[in-house]
Amino acid sequence: MRPARVMYGSHAVAEAVAACRPGVIATYQISPQTHIVERLTYLRASGQLNSEIVRAESEHSAFSVALGASLAGVRAYTASASQGVLLATEVFYTMAGMRLPVVMTITNRTVSTPLSIQPDHQDSMAIRDAGLIQFYVESLEEAYATHIQAFRVAEDPDVLLPAMVCMDGWILTHCYEPIQVPTAEEVDSYLPPFRPVQSLDPDRPLSWGAFVDDDSYMEYRWSVVEAMERAKAKIREVSRDYAARFGRSYGELVEPYCAEDAEIVLVAMGSVAGTMKETVDALIARGRKVGLVRIRCFRPFPWEDIVSSAPRAKVFAVLDRSVSLGGQGQIAADLRGYLHGQKSPAVIGFIGGIGGRDISPKAVEDMVALTERFLDEGKIPPAPVPLGLKTEVSSNG
Amino acid sequence: MKEIRIHGRGGQGSVVLAELIAMAAWNQGKFSQAFPYLGGGGERRGAPVQSFARISDKPIRLRCRVQTPDYVIVQDPALVELVDVTRGLKPNGLVLVNGAVVPAKLLNAGFRVYAVPASEMALKETGRGIPNTPMLGAFARVTGELSLDSVLAAVGQKFSGEIRRINEIAVTVGYNSAPGLGREGE
Repeated sequence: MRPARVMYGSHAVAEAVAACRPGVIATYQISPQTHIVERLTYLRASGQLNSEIVRAESEHSAFSVALGASLAGVRAYTASASQGVLLATEVFYTMAGMRLPVVMTITNRTVSTPLSIQPDHQDSMAIRDAGLIQFYVESLEEAYATHIQAFRVAEDPDVLLPAMVCMDGWILTHCYEPIQVPTAEEVDSYLPPFRPVQSLDPDRPLSWGAFVDDDSYMEYRWSVVEAMERAKAKIREVSRDYAARFGRSYGELVEPYCAEDAEIVLVAMGSVAGTMKETVDALIARGRKVGLVRIRCFRPFPWEDIVSSAPRAKVFAVLDRSVSLGGQGQIAADLRGYLHGQKSPAVIGFIGGIGGRDISPKAVEDMVALTERFLDEGKIPPAPVPLGLKTEVSSNG
Repeated sequence: MKEIRIHGRGGQGSVVLAELIAMAAWNQGKFSQAFPYLGGGGERRGAPVQSFARISDKPIRLRCRVQTPDYVIVQDPALVELVDVTRGLKPNGLVLVNGAVVPAKLLNAGFRVYAVPASEMALKETGRGIPNTPMLGAFARVTGELSLDSVLAAVGQKFSGEIRRINEIAVTVGYNSAPGLGREGE
């Protein structure tokens, strides 16, 4: 391991990606992602990285370049956020359908309109059904580790799916904190070179993305369903191997925190989990049976791991930093689906942190207090519950 | 844990100031964290910005903004009229404000307030009026949270060449002048 040092979030990601030695990196700048590809470009220009860097003219093109490079048989990477993710939507479906293990960073930022650069999860949630593995990280050190793990999972012949590492914009991308990460040699020993099962080869011509009808489309789709399911075991294994080699663990599909004895179990993703851990400690000190299950991997959805991490749960109080407009929070909806028909635990779906609305320990305590009230009254709200919603809003906030 | 909130304008180096505080704290064996809040579309010169730093004996897990700071640094005294810079400041908390005098609004507010003419110092020592490194030196001296050595080491980790040299001078000038120049309010 390298000595611990203070690193800048975007540079930590760039260094993690560089340590994975991609053949091609496609770049198109958008806040709060720009400093990642800017740093990768600097590493290339200063001779510390051998990747071919392709500057694209849009996010749609950047993701398409990564797709093409992966199809040609090399490790490929790109990064984006917000409107860029929305613009590239069809490319994600194509990558997954072609079973191309591109790894990308999504620096979570809310979506227009209104226009804003603040963080929430509405961008990556918009493409949760596209067939990409989705990781959400809590800290810079975990962001570093997860990029390396993501390549190993994505490129596994049993998986072969694109993977997305989601990190909260600004809160993590623009954060400085001390982290400890493996050396380049250690990354090499953990992540084998990419060996594609099939790739474009002029001597052995093959077609990708060819036309099919109802005779076989469903089978192609079902192969992705099954690959997603196999990815669960692979992510557990790859996370455990990282911990065994480097002595640093961030959980597997989920990271339970004081969940074993908890009756009220918070469920959340991303950086807010750190604030929740602090609040859980404070509430436990006051005698409350509260815990947290942080979802590290949202796709495939780890419902078994969530449930088994919290055997005494009476209620899952879920915080979604996104909302399906006309529906509910996406984590809450999934968890409710898997728990349907069981009397307990109940699921309460909170929506918070939208458009960067800050989530303080006080907000987390409010969430727990509301959950206790719903339980006491025996009324579990079926509709999403807003957290920190103002009753009056001025144009200046 | 000690929490610091910095109010400045785009271009005054508020993000770098928070970063240098985090690096200096780490250099002297503390855990630390820094991150910015860029409102109003962010990333624009002149726009009000905030940045935050935390210093602790234990790893830092909080990811919310600093709402109840121990220390507030104000890089542009004109912001005092636009932003409630002391919002949530702990009782007996400390405000360090750039300028020759403490703005009237910050007098008799129940906080320790020090004025540091950081832009003037920066202009004189570096040829550019970016107040962040003299403010950093003054912050280290007035609060006692950071040693001059760990701050200078942070400047050396962040910058190189001439930029490093002039910022080392700027930090040192801010540090040495802080107690003498600080005009304490109530």
